[in-house]
Amino acid sequence: MSEDVVLQVKRVNKSFGGVKAVDNVSFDAFKGEILGIIGPNGSGKTTLVNLITGFVKADSGMVFAEGKKLTGLGPDKIAGLGIVRTFQIPRPYHSLSVVKNLVVPLYSSRIMHTIGGKLGDRDTVALDILEEIGFERDAHVPYKLASAFSEGYLKRLELARCLALRPYIIIMDELFSGLSVSEIAAIIPMVERLQMNGITIIMVEHRVRELFQIAHRVMVMNFGEKIAEDIPKKIIESEIVKQAYLGVT
Amino acid sequence: MNIFIFGLVNSVILALTASGFALAYGVSRLANFAHGALYILVGFATWLFLNRLGINYIGSILLSIIIVSIIGGGIYRLFLIRVKGMPVSEIIASLALGIAIMELFRWRGFISEAYMLPPFINGSVSIAGVMIDWQRLIIIGVGLAMMLFLWLFTHHTKVGLSFRAIAQDKHASMMSGIEPDRTAVISLAMGSALAGVAAVVILPLGNITVETGYMVLTNAIAVCIIGGLGSWAGVFAGAFLLGFAEILTAAFIGPQWQMVVVLLFIILTLILKPSGLLGKQKELEERV
Amino acid sequence: MDEKIGRRERLDRGIKVRTEGIYAISSWRGIAYSLFPTFSFVLGMLIIPLVVPSMTWQRIMTIACIFALLALSFDFLAHFVGIVCLGGAFFTGVGGYISGVLNSAFGLPMVITIPIATIAGGAICTLFLLPCLPIRGIYFAIVSLMYPLLFARVIQALELFGGTDGLPGLATFPNIWVELYFIIPMTLILTFGLRRLVNEDFGIVLRAIKDNDQAVRASNINIAWYKTKAVFIASAIGCFAGACLAHLYGWVGLSLFALDFSIFPIAATVVGGVGTLVGPIIGAFILAPLSEMLRAFGPLRVVFYSLILAGLVVFKTEGLVPFLQRKYHQFERWTEI
Repeated sequence: MSEDVVLQVKRVNKSFGGVKAVDNVSFDAFKGEILGIIGPNGSGKTTLVNLITGFVKADSGMVFAEGKKLTGLGPDKIAGLGIVRTFQIPRPYHSLSVVKNLVVPLYSSRIMHTIGGKLGDRDTVALDILEEIGFERDAHVPYKLASAFSEGYLKRLELARCLALRPYIIIMDELFSGLSVSEIAAIIPMVERLQMNGITIIMVEHRVRELFQIAHRVMVMNFGEKIAEDIPKKIIESEIVKQAYLGVT
Repeated sequence: MNIFIFGLVNSVILALTASGFALAYGVSRLANFAHGALYILVGFATWLFLNRLGINYIGSILLSIIIVSIIGGGIYRLFLIRVKGMPVSEIIASLALGIAIMELFRWRGFISEAYMLPPFINGSVSIAGVMIDWQRLIIIGVGLAMMLFLWLFTHHTKVGLSFRAIAQDKHASMMSGIEPDRTAVISLAMGSALAGVAAVVILPLGNITVETGYMVLTNAIAVCIIGGLGSWAGVFAGAFLLGFAEILTAAFIGPQWQMVVVLLFIILTLILKPSGLLGKQKELEERV
Repeated sequence: MDEKIGRRERLDRGIKVRTEGIYAISSWRGIAYSLFPTFSFVLGMLIIPLVVPSMTWQRIMTIACIFALLALSFDFLAHFVGIVCLGGAFFTGVGGYISGVLNSAFGLPMVITIPIATIAGGAICTLFLLPCLPIRGIYFAIVSLMYPLLFARVIQALELFGGTDGLPGLATFPNIWVELYFIIPMTLILTFGLRRLVNEDFGIVLRAIKDNDQAVRASNINIAWYKTKAVFIASAIGCFAGACLAHLYGWVGLSLFALDFSIFPIAATVVGGVGTLVGPIIGAFILAPLSEMLRAFGPLRVVFYSLILAGLVVFKTEGLVPFLQRKYHQFERWTEI
């Protein structure tokens, strides 16, 4: 983990009608780290992800990635810069097979530009990525329709979709939700492997115990504000965090 | 001054014809493409009652409006309820029904100029130096009365309040015991009735033709797009904008260019602000 | 218990299972089974001009082809891209008028006007539909429905291109055989071309857009560009149909923007089977003769197929081609529980 800052979020705000979803949040993400974002329900975590990745326009504030300004760009442009995200509820392309699900992101402009479209057969590249994230490489599995798979597989497919874009930042929105403990145990090494390859990972999570196994630093949100940002050990001991979750004084 | 008065009349006409469509859409998200068909249905029914069955004018009007409300509600209950939730199928189904109705009239021969409804009061009067016929003044009066009625209805009656509730948040209102299906039937019936009221005051200005049906549908949609689907203020804003634009075009450029102006406005709205002038639909970006 | 409860069970036919994938060529029967549907469809279409009883019927067949093309374009957009276009008449009108004007005012021959009308018409229609692409589908449906009505009025009001009377005296096809054997093969080529396209990667991306456009955007793909290309393809097909129509009748007029051309393709698609690309063609060839037989009733025709359309849509029927496919590939039997 280095000291280079890859993502800077400066004082972003977002209100929906009368509700202040994100309230003056600022933080930095360092290259190659795993940064966790936790907080009670409704604390604005998903909105923050939407703001960073361009799915929602911020009311004020700015987001920079490696010096480039992200605020104001659309989600496809931001993904093109290498900052990708997974969705909380994985929604693959139901009518397409798993392989074809991955062929779609291989048509992104980012891929076209970085390797000049010289992918060769996109199907083969898709199969390689699938093998990397744990789909069996045989004659049948990748060609089954995406709608035939279980949640664990679909989450991996979401990750594969991100990987196809060769990102340097992946923001995972509740990757662990809906997975059993053993499925989480199986997917954690994959996340760590991505991080060791140099990708910065930001994980928004509810499953705090599992998150703390791998996160280097953690940020806590409550009612749209950032209330703490530190290493996991200190977060567990923090009075402020306890109060936010449990409401005790 | 001429322009002001006739612009006002035109705007009110557009608002009246669009209000039925806007009501059905605003409350139940149902784009009722049979709107134009129901409009001329009222016209023809009134004519039939008046001329073939010899019922007096007021009776004919009331009877036709009641009948068209039943038909409107029936369209939902029999057809649209089976495709609710699939906007595409809703549009196709209501469009097909509307066209079936309108072409049925065309087949029955209602295309010549012989079909007219008499104006309520004959003659004209001079206001601020402009000759204007009483029927047009009645239109303005009815338009204002309609606005007042709708405001009172949606703010002070149980059904009206449930309309506003469903329009704002379908699920929350379902939890409060408001049945969406029943409300949809009522909103469609009311929308048809509004179309009927508009028809009986406006049709005396000219003939009843099948083409009018298509024009009414087109205009209603144009007003709702420009003003913004889902917002009453939007309907009125759109109607006034379009109404005056049409009259100004007719006066200064030529009446034939009116349609071009309508087309241009729609395209401009879609490019610049797709939710319409005062539309309350969330920006497409915020769907995640 | 004496009562036996049964349920209907649907299984793939043995021969279907035996002809999966590469095994299709393992036996003559297998090959015949796999090729029969496509073969009979193509053969049927090509034979039609020869088997119909009279010249009137041959004319009807050409009209059926025109409608088939419009239905093809509707089905492609609706099922594979997720865009519902209610304005088939927009394409026929623009395509027909472009080719008509080029022929009438500039004397260009048919072999030039038709291609130009197809490409230029496609471009113009796409341009007008462009503002609707980034926003919700219902707007596209509404606006595409309105465009032919508005364009017809504008042409009428401004007395453009012959105004209400239209432009008569255009070049026509030399004879009915040329007509038929130009349009039918073109229809076949376009149908199978589109079928191939939707399984190629371009089509895959389009289908992904229909499924979940947010995810496609998140994958750094410019969906507006893909949608634009898809709309161009569909409108070019429609404009081609319109241009052929102009030269079939030798005349263009406001009737090219008639609602007929918007509704009929939808009805044909629903009858034949949504999403199959072949279904709309078959649907058109079923409805066109029916519609001609009712021509004596005038506007009642339109009532007839509007009601059919409303009924089919509302009762969510599956369509002819999926029904036939099901019967061909699967069989049903009672089993006891």
